[in-house]
Amino acid sequence: MLANYLPILLFLIVSIGLGFTLLVAGKLLSPSKPSAQKNSPYECGFEAFEDARMKFDVRYYLVAILFILFDLEIAFLFPWAIVLDDIGVFGFLAMVVFLLVLVVGFIYEWMRGALEWE
Amino acid sequence: MTTLILYALLKIAGFVLGYVMLTATLLTWIERKQSALAQDRIGPARASIMGLRLGGLLHIPADAIKSFTKEDFIPDTPNPWLFKFAPVIAFIPAFVMFAVIPFGPGDLIISSASFGVLFILAVTGISVYGATLAGWASNSSLSLLGGLRAAAQMISYEVTMGLSLVGIFMVYEDVNLQNVVIRQGSNVLNWGIVTQPLAFFLFLAAVIAETKRGPFDVAEGESELVAGYFTEYSAMRFAMFMLGEFIAIVGVSAVLVTFFLGGWQVPGLEETGGWYTVLQVSAFALKTWFLCWLQLMIRWTLPRFRYDQIMHLGWRILLPLSLLNVLVTGIVLAIIHG
Repeated sequence: MLANYLPILLFLIVSIGLGFTLLVAGKLLSPSKPSAQKNSPYECGFEAFEDARMKFDVRYYLVAILFILFDLEIAFLFPWAIVLDDIGVFGFLAMVVFLLVLVVGFIYEWMRGALEWE
Repeated sequence: MTTLILYALLKIAGFVLGYVMLTATLLTWIERKQSALAQDRIGPARASIMGLRLGGLLHIPADAIKSFTKEDFIPDTPNPWLFKFAPVIAFIPAFVMFAVIPFGPGDLIISSASFGVLFILAVTGISVYGATLAGWASNSSLSLLGGLRAAAQMISYEVTMGLSLVGIFMVYEDVNLQNVVIRQGSNVLNWGIVTQPLAFFLFLAAVIAETKRGPFDVAEGESELVAGYFTEYSAMRFAMFMLGEFIAIVGVSAVLVTFFLGGWQVPGLEETGGWYTVLQVSAFALKTWFLCWLQLMIRWTLPRFRYDQIMHLGWRILLPLSLLNVLVTGIVLAIIHG
């Protein structure tokens, strides 16, 4: 148990350490002379036209909602795929029914235009 | 306990810091040189030490020195801390993915925990945050659009990524990557690319979209969004995004090799141990390099997709195909096993 999880923890520490070492080294070695021009948002040389906290398309939210649905479905599919040999045809058909229900929902979304991008 | 820690650290140093970092660093040069060859240009050739140019290889140390010593300025933003740490958040997931990838037989894997693939999917899930937070925290319209595009695109293709792997697990019946490699065996006809050909192409398309590289690179499309979510980044923080991207290329190549190209297996070689192990580790390294090359080649061959085309491809073509793949695999397995 420990032999499996400890290396991951060590690896996380090493990679976080590496990330912060790079940041700190960059901070120590580089000059820092901020000015109003330099710190303004980049917009091809203009003053920024509008605040960056602007409204954006609702479809980005829609994609996120669809993602949650399908990602959960995948979480169900993994354990099922591993034991497929043991649960046999009945287990397979049960998952087909579950997937069919999801596909009906997917087709509904498609027909309603949730997947339309222009 | 101490031996366990030392052995784990040795593997991390050898495999990740040695092989992966070296490959990622070389890729920064290979990408420029290869694109130059593809477009009939000379490519990087300026950096020189006393007239010695080495075909542009010296651009790698030159870039490193530049990214350490250039000014790293932080724009006026309401979220300076998010801005500062977004590069680290983008960098770490690309890195820790290697923890569950077997690079050789036996215990040549950093952690042989049984959750293997779930760890990879979880880590790719986290990598969405780096780009999105960077885009949000930059306080620039271009960055925000880049970050939104990156988020929507990455989560869309993550669905296909997971679903195409389900077929692999139906065939090999294990989520531990080392066991998947062992079950593929040394017979090429038993490798993932032969038993799950459709899943290979679905997964390849999905991981290229996950790494946000061409032809799926609208999140940083320079013709419309300057540099997308990292427009406002400079010096070391910018370099961390780039390094993270190249490490991610090596990472997804290694995952593809593990699931579809037999991992460290050498065709026809059953034995392990001694020089055989050296040969198998080299086979893993070579296969991973080949897939890195393939990804670079795809980037410089195909024109960039429009954003609506990307979403269309992800949701209406790849997702139904990957569901179909699960269904067909199940039917075929039911027929074979009776």
